[in-house]
Amino acid sequence: MKILSRLTASSHATADSNTALLSGWGRTSPSRARLAQPSTIEELQEHARRPLRRGLIARGLGRSYGDPAQNAGGLVIDMTRLDDVHDIDLQHSTVTVGAGMCVHRMMQLFVPLGLFVPVTPGTRYVTVGGAIASDIHGKNHHVDGTFGNYVEAIDLLLANGEVVTASREQHPDLFNATRGGMGLTGVMLSARIRMLPIETSTVLVDTDRVADLETLLDLMSRDDDGYRYSVSWVDTLATGNSLGRGVLYRGNHLDDPSAVAGPSRLKGPSASRLSIPPVVPSGLVGLASARAFNEVWYRKHPESERELPQQLSAFFHQLDMVENTNRVYGRRGFVQHQCVIPTGRESDLRKILEILSDERVPTYLVVLKRMGSGNGLLSFPIAGWTLAVDIPAAWDDLAELLDRLDEIVVNAGGRLYFAKDSRMNPDLVEAMYPEINQWRAIADKYDPQQRFASDLSRRLALRDHA
Amino acid sequence: MKNALGSVQSALILGGDSDIAFATSKRLVRDRLRRLVLAGRSIERLQARAAELEAIAPGIDIRCLTLDATDFASHSEFVDAAFEKGDLDLVLVAFGVLGNQLEDEHDAASAIGVIQTNFTGAVSLLVPTADRLRDQGHGTIVVLSTVAAERARRSNYIYGASKAGLDWFSQGLGDALHGSGVDVMIVRPGFATTKMTGDLDTPPMATDADSVAAAIVDGLRKQSDVVWVPGKLRWVMSVLRHLPRPIFRRLPI
Ligand SMILES: Cc1cc2nc3c(=O)[nH]c(=O)nc-3n(C[C@H](O)[C@H](O)[C@H](O)COP(=O)(O)OP(=O)(O)OC[C@H]3O[C@@H](n4cnc5c(N)ncnc54)[C@H](O)[C@@H]3O)c2cc1C
Ligand SMILES: NC(=O)c1ccc[n+]([C@@H]2O[C@H](COP(=O)([O-])OP(=O)(O)OC[C@H]3O[C@@H](n4cnc5c(N)ncnc54)[C@H](OP(=O)(O)O)[C@@H]3O)[C@@H](O)[C@H]2O)c1
Repeated sequence: MKILSRLTASSHATADSNTALLSGWGRTSPSRARLAQPSTIEELQEHARRPLRRGLIARGLGRSYGDPAQNAGGLVIDMTRLDDVHDIDLQHSTVTVGAGMCVHRMMQLFVPLGLFVPVTPGTRYVTVGGAIASDIHGKNHHVDGTFGNYVEAIDLLLANGEVVTASREQHPDLFNATRGGMGLTGVMLSARIRMLPIETSTVLVDTDRVADLETLLDLMSRDDDGYRYSVSWVDTLATGNSLGRGVLYRGNHLDDPSAVAGPSRLKGPSASRLSIPPVVPSGLVGLASARAFNEVWYRKHPESERELPQQLSAFFHQLDMVENTNRVYGRRGFVQHQCVIPTGRESDLRKILEILSDERVPTYLVVLKRMGSGNGLLSFPIAGWTLAVDIPAAWDDLAELLDRLDEIVVNAGGRLYFAKDSRMNPDLVEAMYPEINQWRAIADKYDPQQRFASDLSRRLALRDHA
Repeated sequence: MKNALGSVQSALILGGDSDIAFATSKRLVRDRLRRLVLAGRSIERLQARAAELEAIAPGIDIRCLTLDATDFASHSEFVDAAFEKGDLDLVLVAFGVLGNQLEDEHDAASAIGVIQTNFTGAVSLLVPTADRLRDQGHGTIVVLSTVAAERARRSNYIYGASKAGLDWFSQGLGDALHGSGVDVMIVRPGFATTKMTGDLDTPPMATDADSVAAAIVDGLRKQSDVVWVPGKLRWVMSVLRHLPRPIFRRLPI
């Protein structure tokens, strides 16, 4: 037993210590790169100054599903040690933090001060740099927009070694191209973020079990705006009249401080988590277990529930209660397909759900959310419906299936999310992101030699003008 | 870059005029392949293959390079040229000769020719290729071995020996590259009807070039280490491998 564990441990540590085999959250297409882990900005500059054969890219916590934080044969800079608090301005509710700080730490530090992270994704384990580079959205996108909307200024290390501050006033082109720019405009060192003042760390949650897609979309279109947060889970294995049945979760912050007493009024998240063991029975990825899971998930919810008080982390980050949930899918990993379909093209959304249902794709946590208007350039959100589906990579004919979905998405005027993508057809990028040539011109201006490069930028030719 | 589902965007095919390689190329250009280098002894034949592929995928970038597997001295320069236009996601080793067993076993020069093409030539090309791929930090090498490499057979032991050498070399190379971002996939087809086997009688369980190509694409999707074509050969060989020699010798294979 002991020998066996020694054998398995050493098999991954073959190459020299300053290179690493890196993959994204989906654990597909790993590549090897030199990995720098600077603790200071000077150290970071030192790394970036050296001649680079295959460019460099910053990496946060690797929560992107595919390959944007990988750079095969080149340099990857792990930013997680640059996670200091630089400044807190309670009067303006802003904080300035190192780009390597994660949302979890921000909540621990700032929620007790009555400041909440203005946009949080489905996991707290993303860095500020990653959140800006993907211009992430949360359950409040329909009313508040993206994380990037709350960024006031970014300190950025450029390709020429200079550090500049980009904001709406200074280098606004660079500021816009960096929000959503997938790390390809420079290395973010720190950012000033406008936080959301809160009175309590409690969210009052309304839950509705919804029998079919029409009702779900209808409910969301009708009164989503009465809630700061809104998201739904959809059972893609339901068929016929139940197609698109789901559970709608919506909530608002509890604003009345007198309603909660004592230290639990403003409480950050705790750190303890369960962990999925490294070896997982492969049966979990099958259709039968997915169907059983979806059925139980749907049934476990009451038909309707009002104003259930929940702590921030329980409402926002259900998935974080278990560590390494990505291991559930076994050796070959998984892909997430996240698209957005513009408002008015709901029939195309239905087509996608029909295909997933007809093909019996074994999916667990399918998330559907209404999005507000977008920010342009490479930022993902546009007004419409975003659907995110996790699928084990081992699923037969998955490549062809997803290409079919992409046809529908692109014809509907929708797009895929680079932070989740690991397999899209590069030929579709320009149709999906019609402003990409403007973005490329800005990237060229600040990085004429294309020093910033990632596996994603190579795979999708993001920097190459058509 | 290879994507999460094993689709490649750039490829080098060593032995680009092979029937199996061509069938594989056709499948790859229908998927995400956009840049292809075909290498072989006859530029004219490669260009004819390239024209057919361009008809399937207009706009694809195909280069044809001369390569003789037995001209070892030229290999390092050849590999430089093959990588000249950028990364290669896939390198397929497809060249090979079957030889003529009954003649070659009495003619050292021809026997050596089979070994030098299938084994020495492949090693000579794989050594610099592997270094290139290791430097780029990603990529997949696909090596066409054969079931004949599994156990020596009276009817084709010279070819079998050359492929067994290649198969073992490739297994070791795969281990050496473990963790480098580069994978090695070994393909072991049974008898496939191609120009290599043209005159021979078709035995049971024979397959064809396109089935081998389909298995290669499937293996890339699944990140397989070893692919048997047809798949059931894996089980057949696991039995044959353990048969006592006197019995094995008498089998009509
Ligand atoms: C369970 C789960 C749920 C999720 N839910 C959501 C969601 O609800 N909404 C949403 O929008 N996203 C969601 N995501 C995706 C995630 O928010 C993004 O992928 C995010 O970018 C990850 O941040 P990271 O720190 O892990 O960055 P990484 O994945 O390491 O990197 C992502 C990108 O950011 C760049 N980058 C990172 N740091 C820097 C820096 N300092 N300077 C320059 N570039 C940098 C990298 O180069 C790369 O291009 C989810 C992911 C998971 C795993
Ligand atoms: N067909 C089968 O039953 C079978 C079974 C198992 C494995 N395989 C293996 O699969 C691979 C492809 O075979 P195939 O069936 O597609 O046969 P094929 O069409 O005959 O292809 C073999 C190719 O190898 C090339 N070649 C031979 N000697 C060479 C040299 N010195 N330098 C460069 N190229 C050389 C040939 O090129 P020229 O055009 O210049 O001659 C030919 O195009 C071979 O390695 C074979 O051993 C085949």
